[in-house]
Amino acid sequence: MKKSVAILILILVIAIVGPWISPHDYAAVDFSRILQSPSLGGMHWFGTDALGRDLFVRTLLGIRVTLLVAVVASLVSLVIGVTYGAVAGYVGGRVDAIMMRFVDTLYALPFIFFVILLMVAFERNFFLIFVAIGAINWLDMARIVRGQTLSLREREFVDAAKLIGVRTPQIISRHIAPNLIGIVVVYVTLTIPQAILVESFLSFLGLGVQEPQTSLGALVDEGVNHMEGASWLLLIPASLLALILMCFNFLGDGLRDHFDARNGS
Amino acid sequence: MLRYTLLRLLGAIPTLLLVIVLAFLMVHAAPGGPFDSERALPPEVAEDIEKHYRLDEPLPQQLLRYMSGLLQGDLGPSYRYRDYTVSELIASGFPLSLQIGALAMGLALIVGVGAGTLAAQRKNTLVDRIVMGFAMTGISIPVFVVAPVLVLLVAVKLHWLPAGWSGSPGFAKYVLPVITLALPQIAYIARLTRASMIDVLSRDYIRTAYAQGLGTKAIIRVHALKPAMLPVLSYMGPAVAAVLTGSVVIEEVFGIPGLGQFFVRGALNRDYTLVLGIVIFYATLIVLLNLIVDILYGVIDPRVRQR
Repeated sequence: MKKSVAILILILVIAIVGPWISPHDYAAVDFSRILQSPSLGGMHWFGTDALGRDLFVRTLLGIRVTLLVAVVASLVSLVIGVTYGAVAGYVGGRVDAIMMRFVDTLYALPFIFFVILLMVAFERNFFLIFVAIGAINWLDMARIVRGQTLSLREREFVDAAKLIGVRTPQIISRHIAPNLIGIVVVYVTLTIPQAILVESFLSFLGLGVQEPQTSLGALVDEGVNHMEGASWLLLIPASLLALILMCFNFLGDGLRDHFDARNGS
Repeated sequence: MLRYTLLRLLGAIPTLLLVIVLAFLMVHAAPGGPFDSERALPPEVAEDIEKHYRLDEPLPQQLLRYMSGLLQGDLGPSYRYRDYTVSELIASGFPLSLQIGALAMGLALIVGVGAGTLAAQRKNTLVDRIVMGFAMTGISIPVFVVAPVLVLLVAVKLHWLPAGWSGSPGFAKYVLPVITLALPQIAYIARLTRASMIDVLSRDYIRTAYAQGLGTKAIIRVHALKPAMLPVLSYMGPAVAAVLTGSVVIEEVFGIPGLGQFFVRGALNRDYTLVLGIVIFYATLIVLLNLIVDILYGVIDPRVRQR
């Protein structure tokens, strides 16, 4: 778990700082140096792509975009999931039953196809990618938050708040939500790799970020087109994507086990 | 059991309706029409096209027409593949996708359950750790990374198997796509099987079976496998959804002319009716499979029927 955090922080720092230090621009096309193989001593550490752009800078930019989309999408799913789950759990009764039945119904749907539909219907814009990915990942969060809220609402401080006349929306936002932070943090860690997967899947299909912007999924897609002869274009972004996903999964698994163990004792 | 089955059937209908209406409205809420991207048309021609595809009617009427078409298996004409209806395109692409998807699911079930059972039997040994390590890797690395890397290694560098689809002979071309599609599912199923097998093997009736002198193999086959399969069974719905999503990638990478390829091409060409039709088709498939899983669950575990 500690190793995962260390690797993720390292990658994040390099991705943020790297493009500033590097002399290359991510969008600068240079036809005199196309498809140069990686060399640590030379100009281009990760080589260049079919348009002569520096792969090192492009990969770092891709990591930035991928992580940014994932974090913002997770925040969107956090806001929707926590609100929905807290309301269902706190209000309870028939409202709860209907709200959770709706979540069950949505669970059965192939959401990724709806995201693609959304991308087709509305021009692919960045904002929509965030919202769409966030909108498909809130279901787990809603379920977990609801479960937690069910037990929270029986606590004395909630009774006390009711007694002095605090209204329901305030009770949910001021008294219930802050007590959910622990469990929510754990599940956000597990939501981030899912969001990364969706974003890179869309970009891989050519439905995500558009040129000259890039993301890890888009870079893998480019790599596939040149894999015979220029395999580094595929292998470098692909292994970085896999590494990031594995770190998040290990971290999330570890946090959940830790949390469950504490709950059990 | 009949009551349980009927209730499940009734429950699936609102889900399907929701899917259809949601998908339909999403496509029709799009700014601009499906033919805007082509060069500017004279207004008369544009009007003619709209009339031909019945886009001039009010939205509720279009929705009703679409739904009544659906009931007859008619998903309307494709906007990009002229002279083809969406139903014809689905019918031409689906059999191949089904073949590969079914092979992958079969492989995933056999290998996943096998590996998971093995890991559970040898809990906390080297075998267990190796299996679980592979499973974690399989879960983390997305299909669209595994597929091209495998093609690069096995097909391009080593020449063991063909990289493409068309022109490749017989069975060999199935190997890579099926394995790639199955890998993440093997990983998930192995993890699920291991966890539930460990749980089942610690029950009292298993201890009794040991006390009666049964061997481990017989105990697992006769007593443990069926109850341990319940979580795997309920994972079948999401698994099928994941395999469908994966098949979109696999068909792009390997150049397989299946439904997934139509879907991606349709999405990139903004072929609204085709994409809409395929989404509804996929969704219906998944809802139906979830329904079958639910009913099977009731068959295997009678306690579920009471609820």
